[in-house]
Amino acid sequence: MSQILVEGLSKTFRVAERKPGLLGAVGGLFQRKYRSVDALRDVSFTIYEGELVGYIGPNGAGKSTTIKILSGILVPSSGRCEVDGRIPWKQRRAHVASIGVVFGQRTQLWWDLPVIESFDLLRDIYRITDSVYQQRSDELIEMLDLSELLDTPVRQLSLGQRVRCDIAAALLHAPRILFLDEPTIGLDAVSQLNVRAFIKQISRDQNVTVLLTTHNLDDIEVLCDRILVLSDGQLLMDGSIADLRKQYGEGRYVAVELESFASTAPEHETLVVERSDSHILFSLESDVPEFVDEVLRQYPVKDLLITHPPIERIVAEMYQAERIEH
Amino acid sequence: MQSLTVALLRSYVSVVAARFRVLLQYRAAALAGVATQIFWGCIKLMVLGAFYAVAVTTPPMTFTAIVAYVWLGQVLFGLLPSNHDPELQGLFTSGGVAYELLRPLDLYWFWFARTLAFRTAPTLSRMVPGIIFATLVLPLIGLPEWALPAPASVAHGLMFLLSFVVTVMLSCAITILITISMFWMIEGRGISTFMYGVVPVFSGMIVPLPLFPDWMQPFLYWQPFRGLCDVPFRIYSGDIPLAMASQEIMLQVMWTVILVLFGYGLIARARVRLVVQGG
Repeated sequence: MSQILVEGLSKTFRVAERKPGLLGAVGGLFQRKYRSVDALRDVSFTIYEGELVGYIGPNGAGKSTTIKILSGILVPSSGRCEVDGRIPWKQRRAHVASIGVVFGQRTQLWWDLPVIESFDLLRDIYRITDSVYQQRSDELIEMLDLSELLDTPVRQLSLGQRVRCDIAAALLHAPRILFLDEPTIGLDAVSQLNVRAFIKQISRDQNVTVLLTTHNLDDIEVLCDRILVLSDGQLLMDGSIADLRKQYGEGRYVAVELESFASTAPEHETLVVERSDSHILFSLESDVPEFVDEVLRQYPVKDLLITHPPIERIVAEMYQAERIEH
Repeated sequence: MQSLTVALLRSYVSVVAARFRVLLQYRAAALAGVATQIFWGCIKLMVLGAFYAVAVTTPPMTFTAIVAYVWLGQVLFGLLPSNHDPELQGLFTSGGVAYELLRPLDLYWFWFARTLAFRTAPTLSRMVPGIIFATLVLPLIGLPEWALPAPASVAHGLMFLLSFVVTVMLSCAITILITISMFWMIEGRGISTFMYGVVPVFSGMIVPLPLFPDWMQPFLYWQPFRGLCDVPFRIYSGDIPLAMASQEIMLQVMWTVILVLFGYGLIARARVRLVVQGG
């Protein structure tokens, strides 16, 4: 059953503009100029129950705006949007009681309160009964390994600790839908792995629908069955990672490790992506076997590896291609 | 249905309690507040006492009523809606307002609850030393005529408490308007500075309102800020007779309701044009 339905969604912001300098500042007092910014243009997609969907796109593409509309915070300029049959911004209070949201860059916990008091306050705000709360919070504290942190005021937590607490806070009321806006931003490698493992776990075990935005494509590769790519307010792609590769990255990377230094053959110069004394990385569009043959003959090869282009490259190319078209 | 209402009420009460606990922590601020209150209380009494000593006509209030007015004002200074909660200010500049809208609470009453804690917690922590000074210390050091007198009668005391509850609500309703203005301005300091000039004067905090010239009295009577100091303080001292007290309290209630409805309407309008700062 479709759980999140978005059809022709658009959002235009009106932004006050000001000329630079003192004159501009004074002028702004009398006459304001406004500029329209289209944050979202005619975006449509459907998400089904239990899906784990990645939402990617360059900065300013409109990802966060989408999340904020879906969670009832912002009102769109036009288009239709239903989550569990509700219109988020019209039935805001009923809606937010059944979703969980984390904005990785800011906390929803009370800065000056110990973590556990923030949780208790959320229990009262979401009107969770004591027995349900006890069970749920114990479970989350255990899964996210928070027991050591509970008495610490939020302002004293490290970023990784804080994000873990924030994720727990978003799930206390057992929402069926979870929106994560850059949950792994700024986290070290270990924290990233922990957060990812947790997201995977609740998606799998509790069938929670997850929509997550990120710039970290490892998140996407490890977690998501499906990705939505947004650029400049428009949806570029909706499909699996395999689809993305098929559409934009048919090529292969050939990584060569050399026995000893050898200069790159002139006819191969254009194919080189990275080069060091003992390594060369080539990018190929086609004819991989023939090329490998050539490499083995021309270079003192110690080892050779053929891979898919990393997803970062594919996405970067996709963003760039989009920009040129505009 | 009833249990739902109770649960809903409990969530607002929890919001007040949590914020209250945090705000009670600021000891240095409380101490500074107490010292300032007492200092200004003495200065005001010296100035007003000097005027009363040389008055050629009978002043509109007795000096005892003035003393009560001044000390109640000093002790309850923190209730004046002349600033706004920096925590809520932070939400607007950082975009944290997004999380506020994620709570299954009515935004107006959610913020009202926080504002209530913001207005009452610091006041409560500063009130006690001020009252001790004004009621016990002053007579001991030989200034009994400057000490805070008891209410004019038990009935006056009870009416004062009733009026005072409305004062707290009125103060929150005005404070929250400053907060809501940030939907349009982002920065609340401009409005706060303006309020800091207007509110103490028109509430009676600077000079008791009955001492203003006669031609200003009709205007002073009908403006909302009077309900913050003038009404409860004069009921306390008996300067407003009991027969008039309920009418005065009704006027306070009227202003509170008007300002709550106004704020409620503004929030509804602001929601539609909301821009969350910082992406």
